[in-house]
Amino acid sequence: MSNTTQLLRFITAGSVDDGKSTLIGRLLFDAKSIFEDQLSAISITSKRRGMASIDLSLLTDGLHAEREQGITIDVAYRYFATPRRKFIIGDTPGHEQYTRNMVTAASTANLVIILVDARRGVLVQTRRHTYLASLVGIPHIVLAVNKMDLVEYSEARFEEIRAEYLAFAAQLGLHNVTCIPLSALEGDMLVERGESLYWYHGPTLMELLENIEIDHDVNTQDFRYPVQWICRPQTDEHHDFRGFMGRIESGKVSVGDPITVLPSGKTSHVLEISTYDGKLDTAHAPQSIAIRLTDEIDISRGDMLVKSDNLPSVSMEFEAMLCWLSETPLDRNRKYLVKHTTRTVKCLFTRIDYRIDVNTLERHANPDVNMNDIVHAGIRVQQPLAFDSYLKNRASGSFIVIDEATNNTVAAGMIAG
Amino acid sequence: MNSFSHLDTLESESIHIMREVASACRNPALLFSGGKDSIVMLRLAEKAFRPCKFPFPLVHIDTEHNFPEVIETRDRLAASLGERLIVRSLEDSIRRGSIVIRNPDLPRNPFQSVTLLETIAEFGFDACMGGARRDEEKARAKERIFSFRDEFGQWDPKNQRPELWDIYNTRVHQGENIRVFPISNWTELDIWQYIEREKLHIPSIYYAHRREVIRRGNSVMPVSDLVRPKAGEKIEVLSVRFRTVGDMTCTAPVESEAISIKEIIEETAASRITERGATRMDDQTSEASMELRKKEGYF
Repeated sequence: MSNTTQLLRFITAGSVDDGKSTLIGRLLFDAKSIFEDQLSAISITSKRRGMASIDLSLLTDGLHAEREQGITIDVAYRYFATPRRKFIIGDTPGHEQYTRNMVTAASTANLVIILVDARRGVLVQTRRHTYLASLVGIPHIVLAVNKMDLVEYSEARFEEIRAEYLAFAAQLGLHNVTCIPLSALEGDMLVERGESLYWYHGPTLMELLENIEIDHDVNTQDFRYPVQWICRPQTDEHHDFRGFMGRIESGKVSVGDPITVLPSGKTSHVLEISTYDGKLDTAHAPQSIAIRLTDEIDISRGDMLVKSDNLPSVSMEFEAMLCWLSETPLDRNRKYLVKHTTRTVKCLFTRIDYRIDVNTLERHANPDVNMNDIVHAGIRVQQPLAFDSYLKNRASGSFIVIDEATNNTVAAGMIAG
Repeated sequence: MNSFSHLDTLESESIHIMREVASACRNPALLFSGGKDSIVMLRLAEKAFRPCKFPFPLVHIDTEHNFPEVIETRDRLAASLGERLIVRSLEDSIRRGSIVIRNPDLPRNPFQSVTLLETIAEFGFDACMGGARRDEEKARAKERIFSFRDEFGQWDPKNQRPELWDIYNTRVHQGENIRVFPISNWTELDIWQYIEREKLHIPSIYYAHRREVIRRGNSVMPVSDLVRPKAGEKIEVLSVRFRTVGDMTCTAPVESEAISIKEIIEETAASRITERGATRMDDQTSEASMELRKKEGYF
């Protein structure tokens, strides 16, 4: 692996019955990313549990606390690399709390693999997974039609499932879907093509993961720079240095660009872009940098620098889709905290318009808001926020909701518009 | 865009995390041992905060079972960066009576959490950054980047805050504490590639050298004042290097001829055994031992 390989984050959606663990296990195994000591630990456990062969799903489950209490922890992260790319898998186990788990894992993913069993086709859960993938805006969707060996590798069956799925995806406005027939058990179309699916001419799953274009997964158009930390060394060498440090969440910036500071609206120009490794003429997302401006203006953490000819919305009110994560239901009489980019403000939920049934996509008016619910809400915040719609910009359109009493993260929010 | 590699992505993510800690936490610290992961953490802190000083001290919880080369690196790096280094020793806790050990030569990792919690209380730290990685161990694979701890420093795996996008919930109540792992998403191979790219100086024992060892089970143990041959064991001299550098009584080297970072990277990429599986005797004792130690307040 060279130093110029890219990083791709993906998640898998599907139940154990769809062969999810086998698929992950085989990807890791074929990419030589299962180590001998891990393999020997799970083979001992497999034998102890009376299994005839090694259960690859044991690789991903299994904290003592989970086994003891019969619970599953929402996301486990696994890592593997091929000569072309480095991969992070966000593995979400089980059916319980599926919405909450999948939204959490999906929030950082470039790609989701949605698994269906070729015998059963597109099910309610397939629709649910696809809806959640669209809600969280995962840039790339792969429909993996697994267990093709159990339908005699039938091209007609694959085409039937593919057509039904693409029609559903189009309803949600999803056009970035690739469908792959495969057999995780036999290894067909994962890393090796095999011979049984000779009629399929698209990429194997691994080819797709290694080659899919991800440069445009972040918004490259709109410069958004939330200020994280201000560096004022006040040493002789850096007497006048006042660097606004942060990470470019989207777009790019160059020396000389006219800048507006939000929410104050004050303007200036970029004097210097610097990193530890030297000065830059231009920097782009997701680089972490320091920016100096030509004018001494009042800027603090939580402010956002943008280009003066490309402004986001600035408001104290907005609408958003919320995924409620907490076991304690939303209390409309209480104030919560919203953390949006680097700014944390108090908020009130002014309206809960409807809840989406993630299985049928039906809307239910005036709902209570419980764990795993997806709702459309009106929100008022105590100080103005600078934001974009989530659809346009994942970084400046997302926020979390914190309960001040417990300090727990109780909801994930995606700004509408 | 194509020039933005996986190392650039990981580096920027880690810098972002460190700056969040510096801004949002009242009194943070960075745990620094002189090992390779914490050396990478220091470089990331330089990238995050220079030309300013680090907005936190470096803290080392010393078991007094460390390899001298590692302690030498620790002190030299802290001095050359001009940053404040706080060292607290398990011996202090033993003298105070908060740690009772039956045999001073046995592994001390299980007791590190006691001294760490005492140090957190002494300085009132509300956030401690550490160099743990999720690829090391399966309890870590399920831990958050911002990992919330109660008053006893305990990790409750079933009661973790959901972590979405890269919007981190940094809030703690008085007396509580978060552990933050800026290099969660790095693998052992990433660390070596970064050390090569950044030309970082690491303790000499990471490179192959000839050393007196004893074979125990599947491992070779380094001979030292703390590890002497038992009856029937014989001392051999082998070419070895360390993949991790912890407590001398339970850190095993691997046989290797790799004398450059490039050769170490080649061996790491081809390795069929995990870092901890190869080198940490204490983690092999039980499948759940890391999880149990974390619940007691260990990293």
